[in-house]
Amino acid sequence: MLKRLMPHPLLTLLIVVVWIFLSGFSWGSVVLGAILGVAIPILTSPYWPSRPHIGSPLAIVEYAAIVLWDIVVANFQVAYLILFRRGDSLRSRFVTVPLDLRTPEAITALAGTITMTPGTVSADLSGDGRALLVHCLETDDAEATVATIKSRYETRLKRIFEK
Amino acid sequence: MTGIGEFAIAALICLSAFFLFVGSLGLAKLPDLMRRLHGPTKATTLGIGSLLIASMLFFLLERGELSIHEFLITTFLFLTAPVTALMVAKAHILCDKDVRKQLPPTGRQAGWAVIDGPQAESSEPDCA
Repeated sequence: MLKRLMPHPLLTLLIVVVWIFLSGFSWGSVVLGAILGVAIPILTSPYWPSRPHIGSPLAIVEYAAIVLWDIVVANFQVAYLILFRRGDSLRSRFVTVPLDLRTPEAITALAGTITMTPGTVSADLSGDGRALLVHCLETDDAEATVATIKSRYETRLKRIFEK
Repeated sequence: MTGIGEFAIAALICLSAFFLFVGSLGLAKLPDLMRRLHGPTKATTLGIGSLLIASMLFFLLERGELSIHEFLITTFLFLTAPVTALMVAKAHILCDKDVRKQLPPTGRQAGWAVIDGPQAESSEPDCA
């Protein structure tokens, strides 16, 4: 019964919090947020049938901190490449990242992280969801880039989503 | 408002202007679409990010109130920017024959999803 009423309890919580942030705190917005928080997960649950497993909050905070730091570093690197290098001289190429992750949520998080972090944009997924196509802006060593992605992000996401 | 706060806000706005400019410059200057995607996805993020931090600082120091909308804007931006980039890249791969020839093999039996379509795996299901 409770599971049918709230297929995704964390999503419900998130919607309520975001609604209160958006509209400012008042009891009216809490009530409306609660209605939306119950209605939206129920209406969208056919498209998101399984409830993802979420690991310890500490691991998520650690991951978020690492990604935020990498975003700042990525910005300076990309700014340097854009300002001081001729576009033709950049050694850009596609690389294939084989995935150990299996859950769609974890793969989505990894693809988003790759796009936001140094010199890489995720471009496509293999048909069976087991490999990610990544475009590198400037790389000498494709294997090293892939190894960094796997050790820095994928193992941490595996701990968060698949333990 | 204190002088230090004013200085910090001004510095953040200048930083954001710089990164937004570099991101747009990358979009205009780099030679092909996949490289151009790198500018707006990254340089722009820090640009918007520091602009929003400046906005929060301003409201905190000037008006003495905590403004939370900036957190939401940042979150939504971080969620939507990679998705947009992915869609643009997919459309580019689909439309451009030369790019399709450059793609590395998947290392799996299935090809890339945008060309060969999604394929169910025979041995085990996708999501355990």
